[in-house]
Amino acid sequence: MGGERAPGTLVGVSRVVVDVVLKPEISDPQGQAVLGALGRLGHDSVRSVRQGKHFVLEVDGTPDEAELKQIAETLLANPVIEDVELHLPKD
Amino acid sequence: MRIGVITFPGSLDDVDAARAVRLAGGEPVVLWHGDHDLKDVDAVVLPGGFSYGDYLRAGAIAARSPLMQDVVAAAKQGLPVLGICNGFQVLCEAGLLPGALTRNSHLHFRNRDQVLVVERADTTWTVDFTEGQRILIPVKNGEGRYVGSDADLDRLEGEGRVVFRYADGNPNGSSRDIAGVASENGRVVGLMPHPEHAIEDLTGPSTDGLGFFTSVLKAVVAA
Repeated sequence: MGGERAPGTLVGVSRVVVDVVLKPEISDPQGQAVLGALGRLGHDSVRSVRQGKHFVLEVDGTPDEAELKQIAETLLANPVIEDVELHLPKD
Repeated sequence: MRIGVITFPGSLDDVDAARAVRLAGGEPVVLWHGDHDLKDVDAVVLPGGFSYGDYLRAGAIAARSPLMQDVVAAAKQGLPVLGICNGFQVLCEAGLLPGALTRNSHLHFRNRDQVLVVERADTTWTVDFTEGQRILIPVKNGEGRYVGSDADLDRLEGEGRVVFRYADGNPNGSSRDIAGVASENGRVVGLMPHPEHAIEDLTGPSTDGLGFFTSVLKAVVAA
């Protein structure tokens, strides 16, 4: 049973993913440092790098979208400098 | 005059801040982040350090601690609050001050004595300075680059809420050389440099930092 589930997940628990990146107008010196390293390694085709954060939340039952949106926008991201994307389970 | 200094897990400069309060003539009061007790203090200092290891974002988790909920409520009623370095980051994360502090543009931790120009000598924490005065106090941070949208920064400048600007070199790439800002009522002030490390000739580059703490004592008495 549970063949559809990703390894390590529990029955009745949903997996919610939140991605956070700096807004385009906020400079990202860490991303620029990564880009510099890629150039030194010969990966000249990479034009830019933006570094961000990736959160995986395991939530009991069916996720409450409004609650998760609030969590994402008020704690996981700082809306002054960051954009946030909330990914709820498809089904 | 009772000045509270909050200790969070990972605070480093709480003892220096308490010492600065004492040398300025105030009574330092130890406050703990996990309590819901401001102990009837007349003002609060949020010290430097790395609260919660800077996890998530610098100051983000400390800004949601139990005592900070009381500080936010009291600040809205007029309680003077000074945030130094990590304390400034906490105040921005708590929404008491605008903008945000991000990774230094050059990615290095910068530790040096820094000249600041005092732009506002009428906030609760700067009345003992004069407008345009140059002061020398240490700066030490890795995430001290002050940023905000152009519209927000224009509004801050228009409202005269830039309290300090870096002079003779910007240590972290902060927008418009901004080193410190104030709330609308001038009672909440945050800055990245460390006045509590410039209070005695023996250990600091100057004694200019004492002015922050004598200012609040004077302002609270006058209020």
